[in-house]
Amino acid sequence: MNSLYYQKRLSRNIGDKFFTSLSVICALIAILPLIFLVTYILIKGGSQVTPELFTLEPNPPGDDLDAGGINPALIGTLIITTIASIIAIPVGVGGGIYLAEYSKGAAFSRFIRFGVNVLAGVPSIIAGVFIYALIVSTKILFGSMYSGLAGGMALSILMLPTVIKTTDEGLKMVPNELRYASLGVGASMYTTILKVTLPSAFRSIATGVVLGIARAAGETAPLIFTALFSYYYITGFGDLFYEMGSLAVLIYNFALEPYDAQNKLAWAASFILVLSILSVNIFSRILAAFTEKTKRV
Amino acid sequence: MEEKLTLFKNRKRFGIEKNIDIIFKNTALVLSSFVAIILLGIILVVFFQSFESFSRYGFKFLVTSEWNPVKDEYGAFTAIYGTLVTSFLSLLITIPLGVGTAIFITEDFVPKVFREIIGSFVELLAAIPSVVLGLWAIFVMEPFFRAFFVFLHNFFGWIPLFSTEPTGRNSLLAILILVVMLLPIVTSIARDSLNQVPKKLRNAAYGIGASRWKTIFSVILPAALSGIMSGVLLALGRAMGETMAVTMIIGNSNAFSWSLLSPGYTISSMLANQFGEADGSQVSSLFYAAFVLMILSLVVNIFAQWLVKKFSLKY
Repeated sequence: MNSLYYQKRLSRNIGDKFFTSLSVICALIAILPLIFLVTYILIKGGSQVTPELFTLEPNPPGDDLDAGGINPALIGTLIITTIASIIAIPVGVGGGIYLAEYSKGAAFSRFIRFGVNVLAGVPSIIAGVFIYALIVSTKILFGSMYSGLAGGMALSILMLPTVIKTTDEGLKMVPNELRYASLGVGASMYTTILKVTLPSAFRSIATGVVLGIARAAGETAPLIFTALFSYYYITGFGDLFYEMGSLAVLIYNFALEPYDAQNKLAWAASFILVLSILSVNIFSRILAAFTEKTKRV
Repeated sequence: MEEKLTLFKNRKRFGIEKNIDIIFKNTALVLSSFVAIILLGIILVVFFQSFESFSRYGFKFLVTSEWNPVKDEYGAFTAIYGTLVTSFLSLLITIPLGVGTAIFITEDFVPKVFREIIGSFVELLAAIPSVVLGLWAIFVMEPFFRAFFVFLHNFFGWIPLFSTEPTGRNSLLAILILVVMLLPIVTSIARDSLNQVPKKLRNAAYGIGASRWKTIFSVILPAALSGIMSGVLLALGRAMGETMAVTMIIGNSNAFSWSLLSPGYTISSMLANQFGEADGSQVSSLFYAAFVLMILSLVVNIFAQWLVKKFSLKY
């Protein structure tokens, strides 16, 4: 009679209700721990932040109640990530240029793109193992074993696929008309790339690269036996060739210490690491969304 | 007139510009082949370093669980078993949760703004370093689940998986932290592939009278399956190689046990723990273990890429 109306009791409607609530429950289970995690890190870590944190050396674990600061680790993270960027950005951008501009669909570029995806899937600790075998154990860098330089190299292996991929994809988005116009007025290929296509893809490439750097800054596994750890201030250029601390390794080492002071320092370091990584992420996402909007107009 | 024509005729590129062009192209070529060189380098270096251990233990290395630097006896079964069990079980929990969340985000149960906020929040969580997750696991998750584990042991202790008394860090905690870590990956890839399903398909299903979930199960999910599968495989690769959070919470014990409530080992946590202090044939054995891990993750990754190529855009 009234079969055109919505009937609550119908088995299909009951089933729909059931699955809808199931997916809501899934979303809740997925998101709640994540919210707890972030707020816990921000509150617990944020409460440990003091001005001395940024200026002092960490004290070696012991019965000493004061854990000191994270200055060497903070500077170390900056240095190691910079080294990784110095290696990975030119190589990655150059490689991406070749893939997108010179050999668009050729077998070589398909092979390299495949390699990029495979390299992106290599476990990060394998990058550390590789650099250990190649550089640390051979003492090839002027006789030094564990060093910040080796750590930076290990991180650059992890950054490389991201940089190539974002360059490749950013350049592919540039409309071909721009290239034709530039080549048509007599510009050579490299002028076209450097003056026309790269600048117009700059924002998207920069976003991807910055996200890659942010990810590398939090990587620990490749550093634990390449850069190792150090408790002492970084004073000069020569320190590049010695063990170097980093926030990530500091968190790892001090989380496993039985002493409360060291654990607190690990929380403070996580706060700073997470806060900087999240703000870089949010900032570059906003920037990307903003550029997309202006492009459409 | 004459003069002008010759002017144009002679307008060739300067030699130096031509050379720069060629140099630029070849530099880019060399830089792009670095990826292949590094990849090959990693495989070769790890293989040759593990050669000593490989020739001594052969494939016995994979099935024995003796790890004794004093007696020079090495077998990585515990670690390999741990790697496989933690990654597969965590994936088993993650898939329904992640796909369910992705469906929630792509359907219109709540206004778009909320869905977008949830989506980008999930993506942000993928950016949290795993060492921080490990710290959180040690100090928050472990105490939180302690009572639950005791309950699990008391009531389900007859199942071998729960047969040991829970004491602090264990494999089950590693599985749970892996779930937290994999959720963002699976959710965001599943969401992207669900979004890519053409609207026509949904409308056609609604048009012939299918209910919402009939449409999801019979039309949308099958159409998005290849994307979701490749996301799952990528997550599996990540889970197998994940080091820090697992190392910090799994308890790092080489004693083999079926139970998830006892401390365990994975290949990557074994590497993280022992590599710095190892010497002699232990180093070679660790390289051997690293080689096994690399092959496992390579196979999973290549299979994922093949799956995407083979099955994408079938509709």
